[in-house]
Amino acid sequence: MSTTTLTETRGAGQSGDKIFSGATLAAGCLILAVLFSVAVFLLVQALPVAGADPAEITGGEGFSTYIFPIVIGTVVAAAIALLIATPLGIGVALFISHYAPRRLAQGFGYVIDLLAAIPSVVYGAWGYAVLAPELAKGYAWLAENLGWLPIFEGPASQTGRTMLTAGIVLAVMVLPIITSLSREIFLQTPNLHEEAALAMGATRWEMIRMAVLPFARPGIISAAMLGLGRALGETMAVALVLSGGALTASLIASGNQTIAAEIALNFPEAFGLRLSELIAAGLVLFVITLAVNMVARWIITRHKEFSGAN
Amino acid sequence: MSKRIDVKDLNVYYSKFLAVEGVNIEIKPRSVTAFIGPSGCGKSTFLRTLNRMHEVIPGARVEGEVLLDGDNLYDQNVDPVTVRSQIGMVFQRPNPFPTMSIRDNVLAGVKLNNKRISKSDADNLVEKSLRGANLWNEVKDRLGRPGSGLSGGQQQRLCIARAIAVSPEVILMDEPCSALDPISTLAIEDLINELKNDYTVVIVTHNMQQAARVSDKTAFFNIAGTGKPGKLIEYGETATIFSKPTVKATEDYVSGRFG
Repeated sequence: MSTTTLTETRGAGQSGDKIFSGATLAAGCLILAVLFSVAVFLLVQALPVAGADPAEITGGEGFSTYIFPIVIGTVVAAAIALLIATPLGIGVALFISHYAPRRLAQGFGYVIDLLAAIPSVVYGAWGYAVLAPELAKGYAWLAENLGWLPIFEGPASQTGRTMLTAGIVLAVMVLPIITSLSREIFLQTPNLHEEAALAMGATRWEMIRMAVLPFARPGIISAAMLGLGRALGETMAVALVLSGGALTASLIASGNQTIAAEIALNFPEAFGLRLSELIAAGLVLFVITLAVNMVARWIITRHKEFSGAN
Repeated sequence: MSKRIDVKDLNVYYSKFLAVEGVNIEIKPRSVTAFIGPSGCGKSTFLRTLNRMHEVIPGARVEGEVLLDGDNLYDQNVDPVTVRSQIGMVFQRPNPFPTMSIRDNVLAGVKLNNKRISKSDADNLVEKSLRGANLWNEVKDRLGRPGSGLSGGQQQRLCIARAIAVSPEVILMDEPCSALDPISTLAIEDLINELKNDYTVVIVTHNMQQAARVSDKTAFFNIAGTGKPGKLIEYGETATIFSKPTVKATEDYVSGRFG
């Protein structure tokens, strides 16, 4: 008797299990397939650039000379955005999770989430029409007083449509991502550890430094990387705000360009080799984003032992 | 290094709910005092008022006085942060900081109070505290490893080392052994016996044998019913409380007739 009860199967439950595991496998494969097909598309379409005569490439000096300035522009814009948005996002998230009265915190959280719902073209328009003219006044002052620094070298842009403005607009766009994710993680800090710190005579800020921030570190890095992903790839806002041009060190003068904006601005009229160039630029952007994410993963796993997950 | 505690007419509230009512108790320095009583009678809540950890919970407050060698902890110009740095606490579940090494865990409180400490002083303090918590021999070769890698009992002793590293006046323990196995429990109880040479120790426990084993004096808390405030029913020498208590409820509880 006992052997038969062991070999008997619960028909419905088991087929449900099989269907579910099949479905998750399919979902997993699908995402890989999409990623793979995008990579193949980029590679195939970009191939003509590799064999082309350097003189035929835009700028006339080969693809690397063409792509280098806009890679730098992309990285600089995203770096400005992260430098501003990460500390600000962590601060806002800490305010919501640990300082604000509960009712205020909830409302505040909604407002931040609302920022994420604004379409990027609206941000672009705002940056172009409102922020840039305001910042232009400040840029004039910077060029006058801090002009000896290469990044603030004059002449400052009259319209304010510069790299720094683009970076600031990107920071505002990235802020809700970093804030929401950090807030979620801060709220998950074990009460146990917060009380341990408080019971030792830690002030609230010391408690946050001892218990909350170390616990949230991997989460903050992930949040910053998601934000960076958006900043690197953001197209419309940069295309509208930045008055692009040749590479220059000054962040407050016109000039510079990002890959995504370069593609968006030139794609409609591009054909033949020019099209391949733009797609190759897209491939470069793809590789940069991938590398950034891998570095972030590596930073997170490096400290796994001390993460409290064990 | 060790101070007495006098509590006068203490009422403890969670917002409007009166959780503990009218506690008067005197706790001598260099002694172990155990709080016993059924679940929900307010003994942990009361313990947390002794280092102002109670008010960490939103809406929580107290009325009355808690005097540490005559100074009221709840005086208007007393900072709870100062109170907590002088009255250490060990919690029910071991809570070493997972992101810190064993060494840094021990030094965590010291670094808060006095930011600069030379490496040799720090080394000495780490050794002294870990020896004080009977943990040194087990961890001396892995001070740089994360504290979360230790067993539950070792983690709890690490928390005790962290608490004594700042040389507090009083050590409060909130059911420190309830998450531990019998052998680890024995290690902690031995430690409590040694700690009372230097510190005033107050321990909340569910385990009456433990109270009988470790404490000099015992306080029995009880609650009349759900929603009613907890009260201190009887307080006296541990031997008396367990052999011939004066109140019927105490006798029922310690003889296992309820709770």
